[in-house]
Amino acid sequence: MNNLLIMPLLVPLVTAVVLIFFNRQIRLQKWISGLSALANVGVAGYLVHVVRQEGIQTLNMGGWAAPYGIVFVADMFAALLVLTTTIVSAACLYYAFGSIGKEREKFYFYPFFQFLIVGVIGSFLTGDIFNLFVCFEVMLISSYALIVLGGTKKQLRESLKYILINIISSALFVASVAYLYAVVGTLNMAHLSVRVAEAGQGGVLTTISVLFLIVFGLKAGLFLYFWLPGSYKVPPAAITAVFGGLLTKVGLYAIIRTFTLIFYHDPYITHTLIGWLAAATMLLGVIGAIAYWDIHRILIYNIVAAVGFIAFGLAAANQAALEGAIYYLVHDMIVKALLFLLGGTIIAYTGTATIKEMGGLMRTRPVLGWMFFIAAMALVGVPPLSGFIGKLLIVEGGLQAGFYWITGIGLLTSLLILYSMMRIFMNVFWGVPKRPLSEPKKGTGWLLLPASCLVILTIVLGLGAEWIYPYVNQAGETLLNPDQYIQAVLKE
Amino acid sequence: MKTNDVILQTVAKIVVFIILTFSVFLFFAGHNNPGGGFIGGLVTAAALVLLALAFDLETIRKVVPVDFRKVMAVGLLIALLTGIGSLVLEVPFLSHTFGHWDLPLLGDTELATATLFDLGVYLAVVGVTMTIILSIGEDH
Repeated sequence: MNNLLIMPLLVPLVTAVVLIFFNRQIRLQKWISGLSALANVGVAGYLVHVVRQEGIQTLNMGGWAAPYGIVFVADMFAALLVLTTTIVSAACLYYAFGSIGKEREKFYFYPFFQFLIVGVIGSFLTGDIFNLFVCFEVMLISSYALIVLGGTKKQLRESLKYILINIISSALFVASVAYLYAVVGTLNMAHLSVRVAEAGQGGVLTTISVLFLIVFGLKAGLFLYFWLPGSYKVPPAAITAVFGGLLTKVGLYAIIRTFTLIFYHDPYITHTLIGWLAAATMLLGVIGAIAYWDIHRILIYNIVAAVGFIAFGLAAANQAALEGAIYYLVHDMIVKALLFLLGGTIIAYTGTATIKEMGGLMRTRPVLGWMFFIAAMALVGVPPLSGFIGKLLIVEGGLQAGFYWITGIGLLTSLLILYSMMRIFMNVFWGVPKRPLSEPKKGTGWLLLPASCLVILTIVLGLGAEWIYPYVNQAGETLLNPDQYIQAVLKE
Repeated sequence: MKTNDVILQTVAKIVVFIILTFSVFLFFAGHNNPGGGFIGGLVTAAALVLLALAFDLETIRKVVPVDFRKVMAVGLLIALLTGIGSLVLEVPFLSHTFGHWDLPLLGDTELATATLFDLGVYLAVVGVTMTIILSIGEDH
């Protein structure tokens, strides 16, 4: 009996339902959703604290014991991601207050936003694979609505593709779950792990695991990312930031969870496959990032490259690499949301998305410039900032596991990411303005406030690694030893 | 030429009540027989759609003067509150309970809180279906 676990999900869910009643009172909507976002950060922080003190927390829904009912499980990995989600979503929400516009706000923007958070947090906390599917759908359906909200021509075109690809991958998800259920006869993740270990991961189960890899790869943009650049480009900045920060990471979480908890018996096939997919993703991601002159595209391809890098951490699957993957995942959620918020602000000031046509923004917007610089450095992984430790650990783990080539590709990727970010920085902030900049308007300055919170967080994540490492270490322990998870859930 | 729908409208007026009764029956049968909130909600929506076909959307608005988006939200809220009730009573989320009561006319009746959850589902389904149909129907 531990209802704390449901709270990070319940707070946005209740908020979303209540907000439906007030779709015309925008000011009231802002107050309710703003307060609930802050409250949820507190709740998630408390959850992390409890997991740190007392170990893995479980909640049997409706009081039905583990394999028979739905279980919610918060190990440190899930708890950290929930906390990061609440922080990132709060920042994006506060950014949306100043930027999203009345038209969208009147048409249920805030309820959709909260439902999206419900889906993301539910995916992180659930301990049941079909419930994971349901939470994916909650998240995806809200994201369909958010991507198309506003109804411009581009949005309609891209949302069609996005919905099509996600419906196919969801159907594949259901099929994979059906195959898995047919073979092992359970849906609870801990119980699945036990059954798969008993049966031995033979050919059939490995095939099913590859099916899951394809499904989650489609969601996460691991190699199968062809749908991503188009659909992330069209919605407004606040929505892209929340997509870039959260959605692909849920797919990554699902990959890491299934391949550390359930299908870890035949790493020669599955993990090698993940390794090569990761290498290809990193390469293709950076090629995209250096190919474009459009600030949104560059950032979007950087998401792809980071997905590859984190998946590589899973492929190496030793202590250092998994801890690195966790650290990098948390860092990447924050820094990607931050970069999209800053990118949106830059576009709002310059009136164009093409970096060739910008220039000299440092003169009128020095704060924005330096924030972008710090975010870019953090993304690349320059030592005092948050990207460094994760990258270092993944590289260390990759070398230990003998993936020399892929580690090399990972390091090369960092260099090219640095190039792509510096190209943005130099083109946008240095030089002379190529077109008239909009005059600093009153009140637009505070759009930078949520972004500056995230900047401070990346600095704290980097400098305070000493304090944060024990949490990451605990999360890594659980991933390496599935027995802890199984015991916490099944209580044998 | 103005068409005359007098047969359709007269039949609809009677049939709608039969359909609504059937939907309520399905809703309450759900626990021990096939039925439940989802199918009950769909059948209720079907009755309202029949009214819309026989008359027009304005009639629906006059007969059922509610905003169906709010109906959906109320349904969600009811379903959620049955879960939150278990938080207040300090049992795991979504725990349900039941009891037997002697009701007038019905005699010994089993009342379960799961029915309240089902009521939420019912309202949400009615709300969603009617929102979809009314908003598509309004488009010209």
